[in-house]
Amino acid sequence: MTTISKDDLFTYALRLGDDSLILGQRLGDWCARSPEMELDMALMNVALDLFGRARGFLTHAGAVEGAGRDEDALAFRRDIEAFTNVLLVEQPNGSFADTIARQFLFDAFDLPFMEALTTSADETLAAIAAKAVKETAYHLRFSAEWVVRLGDGTEDSHRRMQTALDALWPYAHELFEMDATEDRLCAAGVAVDRGALRGRFDDMLRTTLTEATLTLPKSAWRPAGGRQGRHSEPLGLLLAEMQWMQRAYPGCSW
Amino acid sequence: MSKQQQWPLWEVFIRSKAGLAHKHVGSVHAADAKMALENARDLYTRRGEGASLWVVPAAAIVASAPEDKGALFDPADDKVYRHPTFYKIPDDVGHM
Repeated sequence: MTTISKDDLFTYALRLGDDSLILGQRLGDWCARSPEMELDMALMNVALDLFGRARGFLTHAGAVEGAGRDEDALAFRRDIEAFTNVLLVEQPNGSFADTIARQFLFDAFDLPFMEALTTSADETLAAIAAKAVKETAYHLRFSAEWVVRLGDGTEDSHRRMQTALDALWPYAHELFEMDATEDRLCAAGVAVDRGALRGRFDDMLRTTLTEATLTLPKSAWRPAGGRQGRHSEPLGLLLAEMQWMQRAYPGCSW
Repeated sequence: MSKQQQWPLWEVFIRSKAGLAHKHVGSVHAADAKMALENARDLYTRRGEGASLWVVPAAAIVASAPEDKGALFDPADDKVYRHPTFYKIPDDVGHM
């Protein structure tokens, strides 16, 4: 086993934390605005699961970095270029179908990812993943059933679900991207080989979309850059709302 | 979704642990059985309350009429001999 660099591990934990944090914050925006009270609770439960693991990943990142930054410093005191989440999770909520499409694409990736991460050589990452696996199994059940329900629903819901899927599908590819950092960590048994998860992801999509009478989008566009801090404008607005209090009153607590 | 076509009501029952009976805890709105089960999970088992869930279409429940209360239940009020108060129940028996 090769030795791993502190920088690589920090980067990796930060990426995982940012993916969870930003998706959780996006979902939080549905609070009191969902189509039904029951869906409000369902989406907030998912958001809280994501915040839970974001805290774990960011705390770990801060500890590995050793520069005195805790989870709050990393979540609330970084600027947009320092965020390393994939572009998928920062996509705006749009309609309920858009939110479901984004969630389904993420969950279908996240379940095999978290399962694989449970065997990480890094004990903290493995422990966070062990807890996340059960949560994500339910997230995927929820989002996949809604894809089917809307896809195989009315003419209107079918059209909206297909449109949402077409718009968000290109962003799924970035979830499977590896780079030198993750390759090194993967060789050391710490990181997950994202490429190896693609088969299960594609199977999950094929099965669900068939049941939902939806078509797999054919776009060849593969937007990326989130890992390098190249984000879309809507992330700036999300961060402004999420961070304003800690920016205005640094270190405030209640 | 317009409120004229609100989802049907389902009654929710939770068994908190093995050996206990399912207890009515409330209701949820849902368009189908799967959704009812998930909505019940999301609303009523957030704090570790559940080991098992039942959801039942509220329309499938047959209820006694409030005005029948006297005829149905009052006659049992003075049948003291129907209560097992004349026996000692060993502690080990647990839930009866």
